[in-house]
Amino acid sequence: MSEKILHAVYDDDDKLIEAVKEIRASNYKIDEVYTPFPVHGLDKALGLEPTRLAILSFIYGCIGFGFAIFMMNYIMIADWPQNIGGKPSFSFLENMPSFVPIIFELTVFFAAHLMVITFYLRSKLWPFKDAENPIPETTDDKFLIEIKFHDDGKDLKAVVEKTDVLEIRVIENKDSK
Amino acid sequence: MYKFTKNIKIFSLTLIFLGALGLGYGFYSAPSSVEEAKEMVSNSHGDSHEEEFLSHDEDKNKDSHEKEVAHSNSTELGSHSSPDSSHDKHLLNQLQNRPWAALYVAALFFMMLSLGTLAFYAIQRASQAGWSPILFRVMEGITAYLLPGTLIILIILILSSMHLNHLFVWMDPEVVEHDKIIQAKSGYLNSPFLIARAIFYILGWNLYRYYSRKLSLAQDNSNDISNHKKNFQISAGFLAFFIVTESMMSWDWIMSVDPHWFSTLFGWYVFASMFVSGITVIALVTIYLKSKGYLEKVNHNHIHDLGKFMFGVSIFWAYLWFSQFMLIWYANIPEEVTYFITRIEDYNLPFFGMIALNLIFPFLLLMNSDYKRVNWFIVMTGIIILIGHYIDVFNMIMPGTVGDQWFIGIPEISGILFFSGLFIYVVFNSLSKVPLEPSGDPLIKESEKFEY
Repeated sequence: MSEKILHAVYDDDDKLIEAVKEIRASNYKIDEVYTPFPVHGLDKALGLEPTRLAILSFIYGCIGFGFAIFMMNYIMIADWPQNIGGKPSFSFLENMPSFVPIIFELTVFFAAHLMVITFYLRSKLWPFKDAENPIPETTDDKFLIEIKFHDDGKDLKAVVEKTDVLEIRVIENKDSK
Repeated sequence: MYKFTKNIKIFSLTLIFLGALGLGYGFYSAPSSVEEAKEMVSNSHGDSHEEEFLSHDEDKNKDSHEKEVAHSNSTELGSHSSPDSSHDKHLLNQLQNRPWAALYVAALFFMMLSLGTLAFYAIQRASQAGWSPILFRVMEGITAYLLPGTLIILIILILSSMHLNHLFVWMDPEVVEHDKIIQAKSGYLNSPFLIARAIFYILGWNLYRYYSRKLSLAQDNSNDISNHKKNFQISAGFLAFFIVTESMMSWDWIMSVDPHWFSTLFGWYVFASMFVSGITVIALVTIYLKSKGYLEKVNHNHIHDLGKFMFGVSIFWAYLWFSQFMLIWYANIPEEVTYFITRIEDYNLPFFGMIALNLIFPFLLLMNSDYKRVNWFIVMTGIIILIGHYIDVFNMIMPGTVGDQWFIGIPEISGILFFSGLFIYVVFNSLSKVPLEPSGDPLIKESEKFEY
């Protein structure tokens, strides 16, 4: 039997989280959830692993920190020592306080930008990409749970209908996609 | 309801007793004449810390110009008689100041713990925070120390203005007579006005604390939320009053020990210091009470939030510290830069050590989200933060009062013991007076269910 997709639409984030918990308790696997905004606690309800983005962010910050030190040392000390305000211009350490704002900013810059780029790559997002959400309302005020199934889906429907659901749709999978 | 156990009572009274003994020894062993002072200094040349700083001076000798400036500044302060004897007189004043300064630093530090907690409490009230009401009684317990703490400071200030010590060099009419800079400031820096201002701040802070506590307790047994609303209003008013008086307090009680120097963000800097140490104390007391089986409804979500504040405000403190340092270092204007030259030359270890304790340790230890939920991690970091901010206050007061004659010895440690004993006694005594849970607070349900 070909694969079918069930779409359950909700109009409230609390109802959504309750529904996710009930469906998972009945041993159905939820493939995807579309929400208009990040729903607090949804990752825990879905049983997703904690993100590893934070570790990368720390590493990116360290890269920015190191790059800034290298850059300031090269520009202000090694390549062309510059005398500003009579500060010793041949020593990185003695000039260090004036570089701290730059080191700080570049640390934040590297951590933030590289983290956003990593997030896009990991979520397979890029400019002009076609939207994946099945109904456009999930960018407005609706929440949608997507479950794939193979049988006639009666049991699944019964489980979903027991939750505080707004609308249930079943979609025959187009094999071309 | 928390019971004030005998163990804590004995423990805190022992601390007070030991501290009082040590402080008494400090006052007893201070020199009373110039000869004694000179003898003490020549005997102490074998001290390890002296050597450390001597060798350090050699490193810094290339900055001889800056050293000269620092030196001329220090003689200027004490140049009321002939140069030779003025130096000895200056040394005597510094050595006589040491027990007083040790007392004053510890008194300030513990007063600021409860003042910082009071500011945090008022912010929670004024912002109607949903996560924190479950901790209100803990905060109110800690702010119970505000009244004794501020009164002790007031007494020390009155004793200073009676010339019993030389903590505030601008109180000495002989010094002012020969010092044009202090003369120009004497409209603000004079003893009667200082005491009047101190009474004004102390009255304002304690009145807020008294009424807010009263309303908070009244809310437990009332059917409407009028007490809660009134508490919101006076908290918002207090915050406006506080940020002005706190800033002026930092000029009066801390910055004026170096009467030539000024910094416009000093009030914020002192505020960040007291704020982070106050939040740390809230976390430590909460964890202690929880380990004894009280505060059942407090869970790791609340500790996590306190941990986030400890982390964030530690970075805020470092930001202000560095902003103050870098501008003065870069501009290199003699009357400003002497402040940091005396600290870097004579106080190198505490001055740079406190940055490791107050920024690097909390930054690395509390960065991970999971660590903020582990009690012993918060306790460990909290103890480091408290030590670091004691040293911060130490660095604010000591260079202007005892100069290079500092040491963390019997008077300083006794000061900490005495005031920590008093602090623990007052705080836990106050905690035992009322139920630990503000059951009538309209936000208590949200606080119990709070989940990060």
